[in-house]
Amino acid sequence: MKELSLHILDIVQNSLGAKASLIEIDINEDVKNDLLVIRIKDNGLGMDTATAQKVMDPFYTTRTTRRVGLGIPLFAQAAESCGGDFKIYSEKGRGTEIVATFTLSHIDRAPIGSMADTMVSLIAMRPDVDYIYRHCVGDREFTLDTREIKETLEDVPINNPMVIDWIKEFVNGNLKEINGGA
Amino acid sequence: MPVIKSIEDLKKIRDQAKDQINLRVDNESKTRVVVGMGTCGIAAGARQVMLAILEELKKRNVSDVIVTEAGCIGLCQYEPLVDVIKPDRPKVTYVNMNPDKAREIVVKHIINDQVVDEYVVPNI
Repeated sequence: MKELSLHILDIVQNSLGAKASLIEIDINEDVKNDLLVIRIKDNGLGMDTATAQKVMDPFYTTRTTRRVGLGIPLFAQAAESCGGDFKIYSEKGRGTEIVATFTLSHIDRAPIGSMADTMVSLIAMRPDVDYIYRHCVGDREFTLDTREIKETLEDVPINNPMVIDWIKEFVNGNLKEINGGA
Repeated sequence: MPVIKSIEDLKKIRDQAKDQINLRVDNESKTRVVVGMGTCGIAAGARQVMLAILEELKKRNVSDVIVTEAGCIGLCQYEPLVDVIKPDRPKVTYVNMNPDKAREIVVKHIINDQVVDEYVVPNI
């Protein structure tokens, strides 16, 4: 994957597959400590400890259409190849949390890429699920919470094309702002 | 510096959109577009394909189409995959999609009802 935002889109598919109704995506660019932490947490079905260990194995998958499962191993490799690490916490019936850590300035670290595109794709495809996307750069941060948006929208669906455009511009504008403006 | 979209803007959109949805009849005769969003699909460019479809539908004011996602179906070498399912018609699977081809499918198949044969999945 060329962008970390694509890994995030991919990992969130696992949460959707696990019937999550609320998915939290946290990106923390800790410039002072030269760390990038990406955390994805869901309230889906969760896994028992044995399964949670197996998902790191590329030859483990729950699918029957093919025999490999590369989403998690690829993301883990992206983190580990730039001096970071990858952890997965899961509890059956409670949900799953994935934490990937990267050295922010590492030469092999893929760019974060377009988080606006990732969020818009997720919301457009699965408007029934709620997402909280938090992004920090140093001490500046912003949050996109679809529960708040839905409340404002009343009975207008969140995947209405005009709303989708608003979300895209909201994310892009805020990212620009927390990255120190235009 | 660009002005960040505010909640006030969102409220305006809501009021505008409310009038529209009331005109729309909600029934089961909607066309479904399914984009493959497995690891293979995403790595092959499914996100841009899906955004292109949404954009083209918006541009052409098509509101009665449902765009959704599916996981990997085992045709990883043909990703990005897009299925178009029109009511009471067999599913059509398009392979090796990119944003331009996807826009073409919106216009030719979804709007004008003509299957784009050259992009359809080959017989395996």
